[in-house]
Amino acid sequence: MPPVLELREISKAFPGVLANDHVNVDLQEGEIHCLLGENGAGKTTLMNILYGLYKPDSGEIIVRGEKADIHGPNDAIARGIGMVHQHFMLVPVMTVTENVMLGVEEKRNGVFLDRAKVAKRIREISQLYGLEVDPDAYIKDLPVGTQQRVEIIKVLYRQADILILDEPTAVLTPQEVEGLFKVLRSLVEKGKSLIFITHKLKEVMNLADRITVLRNGRTVGTVIPGDVNPEKLASMMVGRDVNLVVQKKVAKPTDTALEVKELFVEDERNQMAVNGVSFEVKIGEVLGIAGVQGNGQTELVYALTGLLPVTQGKISILGEPLKRTTPRHILERGVAHIPEDRQRHGLILSFPIHDNLVLCTYYKPPFARGINLQQKKIISNAETLIDQFDVRTPSIYIPVSSLSGGNQQKVIVAREFSRPIKLLIASQPTRGLDVGSIEYIHSRIIEKRDEGTAVLLVSSELDEILALSDRIAVMYRGQIIDIVPAAQASKEYIGLLMAGIHPDEAAKAAPVSSGEEVERVF
Amino acid sequence: MSANKEPEKTKARPSLAKMLGGSAFQSLLVPILAVFTGLVIGGIVIAVTDKGVAAAFGNFSADPGGVFKAAWSAVATAYGALFYGSLGSPREIIEGIRIYQSTGDNAAFLKAIYPFTESLVTATPYIFAGLAVAIGFRCGLFNIGAEGQFFIGALGAAYVGYSIEGLPWFIHLPLAILGGGVAGAIWGAIPGYLKAKFGAHEVVNTIMMNWIAFRLSDWLLTGPMMSSGFRPVTPNIQKAAELPRFFSEPLRFNWGFVLALVMAYLVYWFLFKTTLGFEIRSVGANPDGSKYAGMSVVRNFVLVMVLSGGLAGLAGAAQVLGVDHWVGQGFSAGYGFDAIALALLGKSHPLGVVLAAIVFGILRSGATRMQSMAGIPIDIISIIQGLVVIFVAAPIIIRWLFRIPGETSDQTVLTRGWGK
Repeated sequence: MPPVLELREISKAFPGVLANDHVNVDLQEGEIHCLLGENGAGKTTLMNILYGLYKPDSGEIIVRGEKADIHGPNDAIARGIGMVHQHFMLVPVMTVTENVMLGVEEKRNGVFLDRAKVAKRIREISQLYGLEVDPDAYIKDLPVGTQQRVEIIKVLYRQADILILDEPTAVLTPQEVEGLFKVLRSLVEKGKSLIFITHKLKEVMNLADRITVLRNGRTVGTVIPGDVNPEKLASMMVGRDVNLVVQKKVAKPTDTALEVKELFVEDERNQMAVNGVSFEVKIGEVLGIAGVQGNGQTELVYALTGLLPVTQGKISILGEPLKRTTPRHILERGVAHIPEDRQRHGLILSFPIHDNLVLCTYYKPPFARGINLQQKKIISNAETLIDQFDVRTPSIYIPVSSLSGGNQQKVIVAREFSRPIKLLIASQPTRGLDVGSIEYIHSRIIEKRDEGTAVLLVSSELDEILALSDRIAVMYRGQIIDIVPAAQASKEYIGLLMAGIHPDEAAKAAPVSSGEEVERVF
Repeated sequence: MSANKEPEKTKARPSLAKMLGGSAFQSLLVPILAVFTGLVIGGIVIAVTDKGVAAAFGNFSADPGGVFKAAWSAVATAYGALFYGSLGSPREIIEGIRIYQSTGDNAAFLKAIYPFTESLVTATPYIFAGLAVAIGFRCGLFNIGAEGQFFIGALGAAYVGYSIEGLPWFIHLPLAILGGGVAGAIWGAIPGYLKAKFGAHEVVNTIMMNWIAFRLSDWLLTGPMMSSGFRPVTPNIQKAAELPRFFSEPLRFNWGFVLALVMAYLVYWFLFKTTLGFEIRSVGANPDGSKYAGMSVVRNFVLVMVLSGGLAGLAGAAQVLGVDHWVGQGFSAGYGFDAIALALLGKSHPLGVVLAAIVFGILRSGATRMQSMAGIPIDIISIIQGLVVIFVAAPIIIRWLFRIPGETSDQTVLTRGWGK
């Protein structure tokens, strides 16, 4: 059978980069085809070409046996190609129906919106594919998983039969991921064809009918999950062998490095985001805070690092209560912070690498004498750290913005780890990074723990929490609802807590302990 | 979408940048081409508005070539006068040197270099004021108040200059300069403090402070600071407070220019070699990141507004102490507003500001000559300056015009979320 969609020999060059180099992908009718690759491998460019946002330098797109000239999203939609973006394109103050019809409004008598007709169609779609959603609900009241369903309905409403999903699981709880996969399987059963983009190997193994791996703009190969294992896929992506299991010894916790008591924090819109949180982190252990994004973890970290004021509560570092909560006061107490948003907080993007490496220490010897910056010391510091932390860059003088995400993160890690620290607060330390960088940063965090640092790890990737933590706290709606030892914690139990299920009920529904050591596989 | 198609076009034509090469040159390329393009379009405006060209156009069917001849002659006369009036004539300068060498009489030489020294005289307040705006830009602040700070600085310098008597010059002159700087700094500090304390936007407040400065100066010049007589001007400053001139009258070229260059170097050192400058640039590039790194964003805002106001005040001081020796109404004469343009043109770098200030000095001092010799209104210079600013502020126009690939031809991200 001819493929429903074929990308043939697609090439696209940007100044200085060959983003796609004769890439070939074909999508069979009714299959889930996973597109796997590191950041910068060319997935973005390829999908933007398919969606008509870029014009390829060479190569052709063939839809249902016909050569297609796609000049923009409208062309793509007209050919039945729909895209579900990672960042939802929904209007929060409108209902599901209104969002779905946005841009293709149904009208009565040429003037009035025919909401009823659209709502009926939404119900039909919902039933057909198992996409439960209330057409009259407002988007802002819906959980993230349901919002994603609305995005999928939007695409189906426009009669797409080729769906592209971009990292759709990034914002979901494990249970929601299961729900999504069920929906996706029912979509292909009904004859839809899917391109699924992800960097999570486990998902690929779970879901894909076929997998195409991209590396450096080239197709490495197309395989079926039965023929490969995650290690093999990772090495295809990175081009070398990758260790997917975090090696760590049993933690030996000693003194308390961070103590938080009844902490309340308001977010930037003055909503209470952290609602009376208490916990402690000991030197030599990793406390992981699990939770779906947006449950107060961000604000908790901001309060601990001085970026948001504490509304109420007490923070003690190394037994000493914090008097002033300015970032400098806190970081001078030996606190390092790998921020969640590395481009907003972690780096001055337009500054050269060497300046970013002294961003927290530029005012102190040896980097300053009086008010004079010691340029030579700053340079030699950068040269040492680049080497030590394996930052891949042609020079330390180029702006840090020109590095890849993984290398930018390494710059932050290098900077934070190069000063004497007692407490490391790492927030989403590997978000958006490729497998190679994740492996590297994980091993560095564990190394730091073993050197006698307390680590507070915040991540919405449950696998990451499970792999690195010694204890796991689950945060939901601004509160920590349970703290469990990590060694044997079951993923199902934590997943239920993340969804807001009370610990007692969650314990009934799933075993608290999985009874085995958890291995980390992406 | 046109930005997207752009890279394909560049392949067809070799880019000017590639032919010229050189990376240090690269950063100067856009400003230079912006000035050049501004002059070209200014030339078109001159040709279109010229009476001779209009007359020739009426005769177009009989003599089509006449239009171009007339246009060419109009533009050539105008720009000839502009550059003669601002740079002088090399022939006359060489002649002047020869006369000086053979007879020891420097009158001809001084006359020949007069136009160029006048350009530098005009450039002097531009350098100070340009540095003022540039240091603000470096911290992410848009100081539109340089005009008012200039005026207040000039009044401060004038007051110290005329009210104290009997001091030796080496005390009086620095004191007067300081007076200008401090007065400007206070004027800049107010919006800086308002921003830090209440989050009031500096653009709005510096504009307000300009108006307050203008009206305050009206009152001062007609009241407390008015000289004896009927004109609303300050008394002349004491001889000891004057910035010494290099040559005799009528050449007004003075030490202010040297001070401006020294100040440009100091600003460069401050911004790029000190921890304070590091903070300022960091706050300007990314306030959130700076806060993360433990810097106080608001403290830097105040500091920079003080420094910016101080530099603009020095511009006013240099003008009073070096050139006019008294202050009258409308003294700031747009220097502070032009400074915004030239800080942009100089890419907020002290060296760039110096070069841009000299370009502006040349344009402004040559314009007078152009008006008297070629009858071209002085406003044409404002048009050229305006065009230059547009081209610098929107470099994509220049890059497109001259087929320069650059930072802006990076892939435009049209969808979010497809990796990074």
